[in-house]
Amino acid sequence: MIGFIVKGILRDRSRSLFPALIVAAGAMLTVFFYSYMQGGKNNFIETSARYQTGHLKVMTRAYAAESDLLPNDLALTGAAEVVYSLQAGYPELIWKPRIRFAGLLDVPDENGETRAQGPINGLAVELLADIRNENQNRRNLPEAEILNLEKGLIAGRLPERPREILVGSVLSSSLGINPGDRATIISSTMAGALAIADFTVAGIIRFGVTPLDKTMVIADLEDARQLLDMEDTAGEICGFFPDFFYRPQLAARLARDFNAKVEERAGNAGEDPDFLPLMLTLGEQGGLGDMIAIYDIYAFVLVAVFVAVMSLVLWNAGLMGSLRRYGEIGLRLAMGETHRHLYFSLLGEAVVIGLIGSVIGTALGLAVSFYLQAYGINAEAFTKTSEMMMTNLIRAQVTPVSYVIGFIPGLLATILGTAVAGLGIFRRRTAGLMKEFEA
Amino acid sequence: MAGPVIQTIDLTKVYPMGEYSITALNRVSLTFERGEFAGLVGPSGSGKTTFLNIVGTLDTPTSGQAIIMGTEISALSPLEAAGLRRQHIGFIFQTFNLFPVYTVYENVEFPLLLLGLPPVERRRRVMEALEWVRLADRARSRPTQLSGGQSQRVAIARAIVKKPAIVIADEPTANLDAENSYNILDIMRELNQELSITFLFATHDEKVIRYLRRKITLFDGRVAKDEILETAATPPPVT
Repeated sequence: MIGFIVKGILRDRSRSLFPALIVAAGAMLTVFFYSYMQGGKNNFIETSARYQTGHLKVMTRAYAAESDLLPNDLALTGAAEVVYSLQAGYPELIWKPRIRFAGLLDVPDENGETRAQGPINGLAVELLADIRNENQNRRNLPEAEILNLEKGLIAGRLPERPREILVGSVLSSSLGINPGDRATIISSTMAGALAIADFTVAGIIRFGVTPLDKTMVIADLEDARQLLDMEDTAGEICGFFPDFFYRPQLAARLARDFNAKVEERAGNAGEDPDFLPLMLTLGEQGGLGDMIAIYDIYAFVLVAVFVAVMSLVLWNAGLMGSLRRYGEIGLRLAMGETHRHLYFSLLGEAVVIGLIGSVIGTALGLAVSFYLQAYGINAEAFTKTSEMMMTNLIRAQVTPVSYVIGFIPGLLATILGTAVAGLGIFRRRTAGLMKEFEA
Repeated sequence: MAGPVIQTIDLTKVYPMGEYSITALNRVSLTFERGEFAGLVGPSGSGKTTFLNIVGTLDTPTSGQAIIMGTEISALSPLEAAGLRRQHIGFIFQTFNLFPVYTVYENVEFPLLLLGLPPVERRRRVMEALEWVRLADRARSRPTQLSGGQSQRVAIARAIVKKPAIVIADEPTANLDAENSYNILDIMRELNQELSITFLFATHDEKVIRYLRRKITLFDGRVAKDEILETAATPPPVT
């Protein structure tokens, strides 16, 4: 009987090819839509992680409490030792010391007078240490890669010598700066004194993140330490999962473990609790946890609505398929096939069609999603005034769920549609069959 | 099985039509022995199809009894009725009703699949049935490649492949020309004689009536005449 059903499916295109194509289209759209939504979420998580929060971040408790104010007077001292202990204790992550600072960028004319001036957000990272390969013995990823600096470079080059900086593309345009120009950073030292130092603009960077392009200046960590009088000090030490995939549960577990150890050690040593290191996850910084939760709810609702709509379409296809075979079903009943047997054979067909369509649709959806994961869609036109930490290139992200979500509308809706339509078999009165089969 | 294959006693079927009701069969008592070649004739609305529906276990009577192969069908569940049809009753319809996506062979094989016969036995029986209807050479053809007469011969093969006790044929020649009508009637008569299958027709067609050995005339749901025809099975030459 199975062979009979399979032959029927293979030969009758309206029973196999067309339903399978509809199922495949529905599954493909669902997979793509889900993956793209995930990509959107991952976009701001990854951007935040790379430029702002890390997947984990270690700061002093006092710094963490006022981190919006960039309070470098509360930064971690003995940074090298802390980084070393983090690398030893949590080798599954890449650890990078950073300093953030606010200030002014002053651009002089040929006479040394101010030609242009604007507020900046400075980010000091290990640019030259990576070049000098000082980190080669550690599990490492250069900051230039973490911050995507080479990809974002639109003019000049990356810093190769001390006192060279990178300037965001919008900021460089507004101040009229070009590679090779001199610029002065004016800020305040860790102790609160005036900090002034001259730098050379090595390159112009387009981050593809509007807030960064407007105000960001990137300097080498050692230069910033000299400028801000922060020897062996770091405002924050960021930890990154090497594949840049944020794992909230793992991050939370590592943070709990680290903070518990620090608590235990501090209790024995009687250290000032405000300056003890504190590890926070990405979700615990800047309300990102709430944003992720809200995004997840929106994404869930959108994907659920989409899956429901696709399910209705496929359900309808299942209904139409069953209605079209009204005569065949009547004939099989007349010949002595039981209602139950007939019903389950239709369900069996739905399973086969649903599976084939879902597999094809999922494969196509994954192909499109993988393509967009690699190349993305440029949404720069819509993010010119955005203050969100999102790249303008919105990519899809294929997750394990991407491999199965297409089966919800593809398989379940097809079976459900056939199951509901097939209930009509049980209401079919055989008494009318003879009349039905008259010409 | 000893005894009649079909026996009806005071068989009555009433269809409610709003405030009124229509009596399609009114106390019909008939008995058919194994191997009969019988036909129900009568004008439209006389109850022919209703009678075939009931003895084919597709419908149940309002009152009276219909005993098919020794089983009284009024109390049968749909499952039991389907089992009776599957085992003992074959159908031939006016419009052939073959499965269009299956080959001739597969169409004829279908009733045997329902009986769960093993493949070797199915093959033997299908080819035997196709030999009977002289379509063994068209086993691989699709119904769309067949003429009307050939299609009805496939329907006959499908009806008799399980060697049922009863074949119910509702206007089997209505869509056929004279030559094809006589062909299939010849085949059915041969099968009736060789396999002792009871053929029960509902027909208006004089060509069919010529072949009948028993003619039952229904009128307004009652048996008006039940006659044995001594001169059956002598078709006139086709012109």
